[in-house]
Formats: sequence, structure tokens, C-alpha cells
Amino acid sequence: MSEPRIRVLVAKPGLDGHDRGAKIIARALRDAGMEVVYTGLRQTAEMIVSAAIQEDVDVIGLSILSGAHLHYTTEISRLLQEQGASDILLFLGGIIPTEDVPRLVALGVKGIFTPGASTAQVVSAIRQAVVERH
Amino acid sequence: MKPLDLARQAAQGDRRALAQLLSWVEDDCPEGRAALSALVEPAQPACVIGITGSPGCGKSTLVDALIAHLRQQDLSVAVLAVDPSSPFSGGAILGDRIRMSRHFLDPGVFIRSLASRGSLGGLAPGVPAALRLFGAVGFPWVLIETVGVGQSEIDVAEIADLCALVLSPATGDGIQAFKAGILEVADVVVINKADLDGALELEREVKATLALSSEPPPVLRTVALSGEGVDQLYAVLSQLWTTLRDTGGLQQRRRRRTRYEVAAALRQLASQALAGAEAVFEAVEDGRLSAQAAAERLLAQRHQQG
Repeated sequence: MSEPRIRVLVAKPGLDGHDRGAKIIARALRDAGMEVVYTGLRQTAEMIVSAAIQEDVDVIGLSILSGAHLHYTTEISRLLQEQGASDILLFLGGIIPTEDVPRLVALGVKGIFTPGASTAQVVSAIRQAVVERH
Repeated sequence: MKPLDLARQAAQGDRRALAQLLSWVEDDCPEGRAALSALVEPAQPACVIGITGSPGCGKSTLVDALIAHLRQQDLSVAVLAVDPSSPFSGGAILGDRIRMSRHFLDPGVFIRSLASRGSLGGLAPGVPAALRLFGAVGFPWVLIETVGVGQSEIDVAEIADLCALVLSPATGDGIQAFKAGILEVADVVVINKADLDGALELEREVKATLALSSEPPPVLRTVALSGEGVDQLYAVLSQLWTTLRDTGGLQQRRRRRTRYEVAAALRQLASQALAGAEAVFEAVEDGRLSAQAAAERLLAQRHQQG
């Protein structure tokens, strides 16, 4: 029996088309031994949750630079709950104002990474959250 | 949740349960094995189609177009999309799904990305078990997309009922098609990106090569991005599959799949038998034991351990 691998969905909700950050994160997670389902740009909350369920991922990583983070996080968190998948951990990266952090945490977001965060920080936060969940 | 409950839920159409089961069988854990043994074979076998070809030839886009066509006929479909694992970290980027995003919200479509996890034949170790799950859940069609392959990754031909080889223009001259390997296992050859320069030439070369075989497979042209030619591909696949079923060929192919599955399990036993075999390796190096005798001894020891 092989050791279960951490599976992560990396997605960009909404209309902003800057996916460089998402790609760098996806690559870093790959290099850390994780299996990364990359769904790319312009995803709706429904699409993200449906893909996360079919792929049975441990973690959803959202990259949001557009300012719509509260909207999308609220939606995704609600859909996960509705579909009995609230055990999937939610992480957020992008341009997130500090004053929004408490609300995002209250929505169940496990980690928030803003410009300047290292990929090593992201990797270790995901690993730790997955271990704690089990 | 218990394996048997999960298996029952998955069979009733619960997608979350199916996804969880897929992870279990992919990780080859005891729960997954228990659930697999609890599932009943469907009365109607699923039509299992392998889609293979080199990186960038349009496999995922063709799968996307086939899904759209199947859904028009109101047929539900499950997709296994395999991408390579890193030989260094073991991680993977699974990106086939991107091309299929218009089907994400369709309840009649289930897409699962698999990492190859060390398999070198173009598939992933969990594929045969995943096929059983999909069969038991009752998907009439299952599409398996291989990793982007070169010339000899032909595992998919041992697992699928039918194998479509996708080629695209500007990827080499007729000598490539002339070589042994993957072209030999194709039941259908698809010239994708048929709107690009060089497509007709490629078709001519492929057909000339195939004409030398005893039973040349059909060669079709598609433009997966626009859906052009996909209706014909569907028609040819359906017809080939029905013929297989009615002539007993399907049973032969299923037997080939079973053989593949058992062979994979045997290889796993063999690699387990190699663990901690240093003393036997030394005996081979000293000339006290042949490699063949060493292998037999290790397997016998493995057998005694149960």
C-alpha cells in the first residue's frame, strides 16, 4: 500500500485573468510531492466545488486578485457545506486586505497568503492542516 | 464511513461517495479492496474507450467534444484523465480537466484526474479498479485519457475495449507512422487538428502505412475544438464496440484487462519480495546463486510469509 498523497485543487474564481501566482503555487505543491488538479481561469464557485468533490481533494487553493475574495469564499464555503464536503480545507492566496482576514477565517479559511509569502510557507501550512484534519 | 455503506451510496449515484471510493482504490488501501469486492457487476457492460496520443495532440479537447456528443444522446459518461507524476517529488500537475470545464456542472458527467504514480505504460495503477467502480455505478460510457505518450506506452490497449490513437499534423514525417508500436494497437486512428496545414499529408502517410496491415483500422479526421468530425468518431466507436460485443470480442478484451490487472498485482508482489533481500543479492554477486534461483527463493519466502 502506498502512502496517500495530498491532493489539492488550485483554481482561480471569477474574471481576473492573472494566473501566474496560481501556477507558481501549483508548481511548488507539485515539487513538494502533492497531486495538484489545476482547473485554471474563470471558474465559478459551483464549478470549483463540483471539481473538488469529483477529484476528492484534501484542499482547495483559491487565487484571487480581483477583490472578490469575500464573495467567492462565502459562496464556496456555503456550497461545500450544502454538499456535505465541508471537510475539504480552504486556502486563499492573492491580494487580501488585512481587515477582511477575520471574516475569511470565520468562513472557515484555513490559511491566507498575501504577496511576500514564500511557497515553503504555503506547503508547510497545507501539510500541517491536512495532518490535523485526520 | 464503512466501505460497504460507501459502496452502496456510490452505486445509488452519490458522487461524493464515488469520489472517496476512487481515492481508496487508487491508494490500494484495505477499505478500497473491501468496497470493490462488495460491488456488483452491472448487467450491461460499459463501453470503455481509451484515448491516447502524444502531448498536445488534442486528447483532452477531443474527450471534451466526445463528452458533449454523448450528452446529446443523453448518455452519462465517466472520464479518467491521467497525467504524469514527477519522478523526483512524486507530485503531479493534473491539467486535463481544464479542457472539459463546460461539463463540470453536468450531473451526467464525472471527471477524475489520476497521476501516473510511477507507471510507465501511459496509465495509472488505479485505472483497472476505477473502471470497476464506474461499471458498478452504471456509467454506459467510460473514457480513459492516457498521459501524452511517445511510441510504446500501450497499456491502454490492454485495458480499454477500444483504443483511439490521436495524431496531429506537424509532429514528424511518415517514418514515425511506419515504426512499430503504438500505431499497431489502435482500433481507430484520429487525425485531429484536421484544419491545420499538413493534415491531409499526415492522413495519406498514415493510411499508406496502415494499408500494409491485415486489418487496417479506420482513419478519421476531427477538429476537436469545434467538434467537427466528432459525430463520426462516435458512430465508428459505437459500431466497433457493438460488433465486438456481438462477436465475443469484448469478452476477449475483458480477459486481456483481467490479465493486465493480475500481472500488475504479481509485479507488486515481486517488488515486495525484493525488500530486505540483501543476503540473496550477495549470494548472486558471489556466484552462489543464479538470478533466476534468487527470484524463485524470494517469491517462495514471500509466499511463506503469506
